Amino acid sequence: MKLRHQNIADSIDTIQAVSVLLFTALVGGGSFCAGLLGSLTGLGGGIVIVPMLTLLFGVDLRYAIGASLVSVIATSSGAAAAYVKEGYTNVRVGMLLEIATTLGALGGAYLAGRIGTSAIAVIFALVLLYSAYRSMKPLAEHVSTDTAHPLADTLRLNSTYPTPNGFQPYTVQGVPAGFGLMALAGVLSGLLGIGSGALKVLAMDQLMHLPFKVSTTTSNFMIGVTAAASAGIYLSRGYIDPVLALPVMLGVLAGALTGARVLAGAKTTILRRLFSAVVIVLALEMLYNGIRGGV
Amino acid sequence: METPRTQRWSDYDVDQLLGNLLRIGVIIATIVTAAGGVLYLAQHGLEQADRRVFQGEPPELRGVRGIIGGVLALHASAIIQLGLVLLIATPVARVAMSLVAFILQRDRVFIVVTSIVLALLIFSLTGGVPG
Repeated sequence: MKLRHQNIADSIDTIQAVSVLLFTALVGGGSFCAGLLGSLTGLGGGIVIVPMLTLLFGVDLRYAIGASLVSVIATSSGAAAAYVKEGYTNVRVGMLLEIATTLGALGGAYLAGRIGTSAIAVIFALVLLYSAYRSMKPLAEHVSTDTAHPLADTLRLNSTYPTPNGFQPYTVQGVPAGFGLMALAGVLSGLLGIGSGALKVLAMDQLMHLPFKVSTTTSNFMIGVTAAASAGIYLSRGYIDPVLALPVMLGVLAGALTGARVLAGAKTTILRRLFSAVVIVLALEMLYNGIRGGV
Repeated sequence: METPRTQRWSDYDVDQLLGNLLRIGVIIATIVTAAGGVLYLAQHGLEQADRRVFQGEPPELRGVRGIIGGVLALHASAIIQLGLVLLIATPVARVAMSLVAFILQRDRVFIVVTSIVLALLIFSLTGGVPG
C-alpha cells in the first residue's frame, strides 16, 4: 500500500504497530464518537466509519466497508424498534420501497467486487460532500393531504402519524419517482457500506411528500434490510472481518444509544456544523487518495 | 385509510411485534458478538494488529455452515462472526414476520411485495451473487 501523506502515514504506522487489544480499544472509541455524533446530528454514524478506518487506522477499504455495513444494521434496527412502536414508521411504504433498495444493494455489492477501490473512494467522497451539504440546508416539509398518487391509493400507502394534536392523516405522492431514487440509494449502500439515509429521506420527503418524521423513521426502518442485502454478499466474499467489525459494531451502537438519550432538548446546530466540517475534511482526504489511486 | 381494528391483526399489533423482534435480534446479536470478543481478546489481545493488507477472510468465516463449525470448536473469531450473522439475520427475520402478518391480513399485493424482498435477501445471504 502506497501512502501519500507523511502525517497520516506516521499515524498508520503507529496504530498498526500496536497490539490487538489497543487497536480494538482505539477503533471502539472512534466508533463510539462516530455513533454519538451521527445520532446527535441525524447524519448517521456509518458515513464517517469508512473514512475513519481507512484514513486514520489504515484499514483496507473492503474490510472497512464490511464493518461499516454491520454497524449500520445494528444502529438502524435498534432505533427502528422504538420508532415503529410509536407509530411514525409507514411500514407499507417501507416494504414497497425495499424492493428498490434491496435490488440496488445487490447491484452495488456486485459492483464493489468489480470496480477498483480508488473509484469507490472517489464516489464515497462525493456522497460525503453531498451529505454535508444536505445537513447544512435542512429540507422544507411538504405534508400533503391532497389527492394521493393513484398507486398510493391502490397499495393503501396513505396513513396517519402522531402529532401533538393527535394522529393526522397524510397522502403519498410521487411513488414511481421515489422508487427510482430508492434504487440509487440501494446501489450506494451496497457499494459504500453506508445506510444512504440522506438519499432515502430525500426521496420520501421531497418526492413522495411524507411528513419529515415519517420520512426519517421509515428510512431508518429500511436501512437494516438494505444493508443486510449487501452484508450477505460481503460476508460470502470474506470482506467481513470479525476482529475489526467487533469494536466498530459495539462502538457505534453504544454511541448511537447514548446520543438518543441526550437528544431530547439538545441544541444540535453547532454540533451539526462541526460534524459537517469533519465530514468535508474526510471527503476531501478520500477524494485526494482516490484520485491518487492509493486507497 | 387506517386498517380497521376488527381484523385479526391490526397494523398496530404488527408494528409492536416488528419492534420487539428487531430489539430482541439486536440484543442477542450484541451479546454473542461481545462474548466472542472477550474470548478473542483474552486469547489474542497481545498479538500485533494488522488489518492493512486485504487477504479476505478464510472460507470457514464466510458461510453459516463454517461459522457454526467454528463456534462448536469454540473458536473466538467464529463466535464473533456468529453474532454478526445473527445481526444480519435480524432485518431478514423482520421481513419474514411482515410476510406472515400480511398473509394473516389477507393483503395479496403486500404478500407479493414482501415475498420479493424476502427472496432477494435469501438470494444474497446464500451467496447468490458471484464474487
